[in-house]
Amino acid sequence: MTSTSELPLSDRATGVSLDRPFLSVKNLSVAFPTEDGLVQAVDGVSLSLERGKTLAIVGESGSGKSVTAQAIMGLVNRKAAKVSGEIWLDGQELIGLPQHEVQELMGSEIAMIFQDPMSSLHPFYRIGDQIVEAIQAHRQVGREQARRETLEMLQHVGIPAPERRIDAYPHQLSGGMRQRVMIAMALINSPQLLIADEPTTALDVTVQAQILELIARLQREFSTTVILITHDLGIVADVADDVAVMYGGRIVELASTETLYDHPEMPYTLGLLSSVPRMDRKLPERLDPIRGNPPSPIKLPKGCVFQPRCDYWQRVPGEACLTVRPELLESEPDHFVRCHLKVEERQQIARDVKQILAGGPQ
Amino acid sequence: MFAFLVRRILGMFLLLFLLSVSVFLLFSILPGDPARLTCGKACTPPIIEANRHRLGLDDPPLTQYTKFVGGVFFGRTFSADSPEPIKCDAPCLGYSFTRHEQVMSLIARSAPVTLFLAIGAFVIWIFVGLSLGIIAALNRGRWADRLIMGVSLIGYSMPAFFIGLVLIFFVIIKWQFLPFPSYISPWENPFQFFQTMLLPWIVLATLYAAFYIRLTRNQVLEVLGDDYVRTARAKGLPERRVVVKHALRAGLTPIVTAAGLDLAGLLGGAIISENIFSLPGLGSLAVSSITDSDLPVITGLTLLTAAIIIFANLVVDVLYAVVDPRVRIS
Repeated sequence: MTSTSELPLSDRATGVSLDRPFLSVKNLSVAFPTEDGLVQAVDGVSLSLERGKTLAIVGESGSGKSVTAQAIMGLVNRKAAKVSGEIWLDGQELIGLPQHEVQELMGSEIAMIFQDPMSSLHPFYRIGDQIVEAIQAHRQVGREQARRETLEMLQHVGIPAPERRIDAYPHQLSGGMRQRVMIAMALINSPQLLIADEPTTALDVTVQAQILELIARLQREFSTTVILITHDLGIVADVADDVAVMYGGRIVELASTETLYDHPEMPYTLGLLSSVPRMDRKLPERLDPIRGNPPSPIKLPKGCVFQPRCDYWQRVPGEACLTVRPELLESEPDHFVRCHLKVEERQQIARDVKQILAGGPQ
Repeated sequence: MFAFLVRRILGMFLLLFLLSVSVFLLFSILPGDPARLTCGKACTPPIIEANRHRLGLDDPPLTQYTKFVGGVFFGRTFSADSPEPIKCDAPCLGYSFTRHEQVMSLIARSAPVTLFLAIGAFVIWIFVGLSLGIIAALNRGRWADRLIMGVSLIGYSMPAFFIGLVLIFFVIIKWQFLPFPSYISPWENPFQFFQTMLLPWIVLATLYAAFYIRLTRNQVLEVLGDDYVRTARAKGLPERRVVVKHALRAGLTPIVTAAGLDLAGLLGGAIISENIFSLPGLGSLAVSSITDSDLPVITGLTLLTAAIIIFANLVVDVLYAVVDPRVRIS
């Protein structure tokens, strides 16, 4: 269903087409064999990203966004999952690498921040020791030197009185502080690619913005490339250059952030955007959730994966949405959409929805 | 940490007090007249009354209890007004008129046997249980896992007396690898001691090891899926270090501490194993004193066992606080 025809398109997907983007994912698929059947968590995902840019991958739980991130990181257990496709990072293909070379990249070239900083830090060890361990995993550095670096980094990520906190246990810190520690640990070896998997989901709203700002600031300072995984479109607009919307293990829309917010085309993206609460909106008073639930990854619909929840599938002649998987196609330069609806129709729907959301005629 | 310790120790004493009261009450309201049991067949009411007085059973329950507790701390004298008073030194847990011996010295004689039995078995079961459990978890779904889990299920489902009798039949009677068990202290004859203890250790350890293999496997599998283990992987640490330093450290801590409680439970006497191998330990003492309705011994043993478990609980909690920094504060 994922034809190779989309590959050259997605290669140019994000912005200026360089001959060799910093990160390029081609036709990535991850499947977990389970007793109930094969769970196709990620199905033919292709994307690319330039150095220093931020890509947001947006989707609901189970959309495959986290598995995509973990596959890029190399964290998907190869014994438990079938991974296919290609991941090129700075000219090096990662999926074919032997485990020990993946290990060398993890934590040095690619680093990751996770959703829940409480459970992601080891409860038995002092935070300083955990960061020192990350340094010594990749560099021949003495303990004193590693500790000095750790102290500097803790200061850098905005932890007050780092010389005291360095010997604290994770449970002695607040959620925001813990996430700062996680960020310090991720950045300690100056990775080129930082993957943040829902870094703010477990945090208070007031802390969320601080953490995002911190990531953005450090990204500028270290010129890090960032992949931000989130289900929260509200935070994407401020930080991301490009957005990939995922649904049912596939990318359903891929565009620059401005394009996506200005004129989204895929009905699912529209649904996501209309379920973001906004203060500047007068009407409607109720939020517009997307009705229904995400599909089971074991029994995906035959046609368009989003069809059961889509309000517009009947507008497509010949019930194509029920029988044929749509391809991810370029509807305008650098804007990719996976939908059977005609381009003009999609744009019209988007305009209508926007008008309704803006409180216009219903 | 200090406040935590003080609180726990005070709690332990409170618990011991409540426990001794309830054990004492329980045995004083039980049917059966201990005074009647102390004199054999040719019994007359005057003898029973005299015995009742000698045992102190004609005192009101509260007096009996205070005398008992007093005896534990300062010693006491039974039938003080008779021509032959019986002195019982502190800590006095009572006096067995059936065996004509202090309960404490009965226990002191049997305790080492049980202690050696329990500790030996503990060492074996922890070693076997943890290592096989870890191997099974790390090879989940593969043949090593299936084999280990199958064997542990067999060990788990066989009763101790069955394993014991089978071992006695083959190892001692049929193949004559070992002589018939006859307990002797290890200081006297270490070789015979080991010959005697080997099978009891194996029987006892088998039961616990089978359980601990499952416990360990589940625990390790659970921890391997924890977020901080993923973080350790994401740091690029070698898998060995991820497993040993991050997963096992967190996963095995509760098991090892909980094992302390199981060991404590055994210290009260491993009734079945001791009886099969005729080891004169606390378990055998308990069984014979129950058949003889030797109430003072039963009371003393019950209190001792409970005290050991309460104490072990404290030790386990303190150990846990030492290992897991999260416990120290809350």
